[in-house]
Amino acid sequence: MNYLYYPGCSLTASAREYDLATRAVMAAAGARLTEIDGWTCCGASAAAPISHLLSLSLSARNLALAEQTADDGQVLVPCSACYLNLKKAHNALRNDAAGRATINEALSAVNLTATGSVRVRHLLDVLAKDLGAQHLAPLMKRTLSGLTVAPYYGCQCLRPYPEFDDPERPVSMEPLIEATGAAVHAWEMGSRCCGASLVSTHPEAGLNRVCAILKAATGADLIVTVCPMCQMNLDAWQAKASRMAGENLAITVLYLPQLLGLAIGLSAQELGLDLNLAIERSFRERMKP
Amino acid sequence: MNLQIATASSASENGNNALDKIGSMVRACIQCGTCTGSCPNALEMDMTPRKMWRLVNLGRLAEIMASRTFILCSDCYTCTLRCPRGLPLTDAMEALKGIAFARRERRHRSSRLFYEKFMQTVRRHGRIREMAFMTRYFTAMKSPTVPLRFAPLGIKLMGKGKVEIGLGKTVATPLDALFEKVADLERTTCAPLENEGHG
Ligand code: SF4
Ligand code: SF4
Repeated sequence: MNYLYYPGCSLTASAREYDLATRAVMAAAGARLTEIDGWTCCGASAAAPISHLLSLSLSARNLALAEQTADDGQVLVPCSACYLNLKKAHNALRNDAAGRATINEALSAVNLTATGSVRVRHLLDVLAKDLGAQHLAPLMKRTLSGLTVAPYYGCQCLRPYPEFDDPERPVSMEPLIEATGAAVHAWEMGSRCCGASLVSTHPEAGLNRVCAILKAATGADLIVTVCPMCQMNLDAWQAKASRMAGENLAITVLYLPQLLGLAIGLSAQELGLDLNLAIERSFRERMKP
Repeated sequence: MNLQIATASSASENGNNALDKIGSMVRACIQCGTCTGSCPNALEMDMTPRKMWRLVNLGRLAEIMASRTFILCSDCYTCTLRCPRGLPLTDAMEALKGIAFARRERRHRSSRLFYEKFMQTVRRHGRIREMAFMTRYFTAMKSPTVPLRFAPLGIKLMGKGKVEIGLGKTVATPLDALFEKVADLERTTCAPLENEGHG
């Protein structure tokens, strides 16, 4: 299996462990990633309010580069915000002739053209559907039995494009978690918004979202995420959220490929575990080789 | 470096024209309130999303701009998914943010700066350097207390070596040409790209 890899900005800085774990697990599963040469920011959620066309063009630029490498390739995207932006650009290129013309006029300024011939895939989609628990389970050398894992999907890998899971009651992580031997925490918050950038722009509102999710995770040993924004909201702001809630909400938060990597037997170092901001001592003890 | 150029045609002189555009997105609203009931941020909003769509359809720009409802939208797409009329509500919220930023509404200054500084970093470097962006945001905010809110996080990330990694090996890709071309196109073509609903 070959994928064109779009890491996105966060995975080069605050979410480096997501990048490390994604590459390590995909390699262990026998998939080949080719990083898109010269990729740039997708515009995150900041470009669209400023200019819809700018947002589409920034993402289309990356699709154009991907098409140059393999015009029927699969673009693998671990960040949900990047995924949604690339999807939107892909959709405009494929389904809106006027949109495709305008986007390509914009791209002519950087000598690129995009047709939308590649496919845009979220990492969770690829882990759940292309690899799947059947393919991953035989690679797992270590059982994580005894652990209960709360699957946190967030929003933008599910909505508005229901590509690989139910957009409100997602289940695609469950077979993957069960393959590791761990149990799935039953909760309703897996697809409830983490507040995204509200933590920066309107901290009270943002922290309320984080509190609600952390509280609902009570009883689980850890939360797993599939997006750097969700991860940062749930791990970096735990102390503040705890103060706000008046109770200790500390809990381990890992990226999904980190959990899978642990079961596969990859080392803490290969999975970037030393970079995580929220790993409880009890979890560290449990993971000692 | 100026981002206003990119917004020139979208809303600046005539917010009401831009509001008409949003009106055409939510014209079919039947005021059922499903959007309000679905919104994770409804509690902090000073006006329900349902009411906001009504004001959009009535063209009451001043009241809308005075509200913080649209600025609190965190792009979760739940309302877009559930609206029985299939209206592109998240895109409409996004467009309202665009009007507020283009009009340089005082009330929404800190959010506008957050978005603008982000895009300036993208324009200059091609990629987001998180710490460079946050520094620029705080400088623009000119609020001595705001950076304090983030100091503990900054220290945590720096301690982990999680900032500005890989700048040595990746060459910055300035995107001025693309930004300027987009601004040109927006000045000359009045036909905006279609916003999509779900389904
Ligand atoms: S859910 Fe749709 S139809 Fe119902 S009030 Fe909201 S916008 Fe109007
Ligand atoms: S997309 Fe925005 S307005 Fe709609 S439910 Fe989510 S946060 Fe609320």
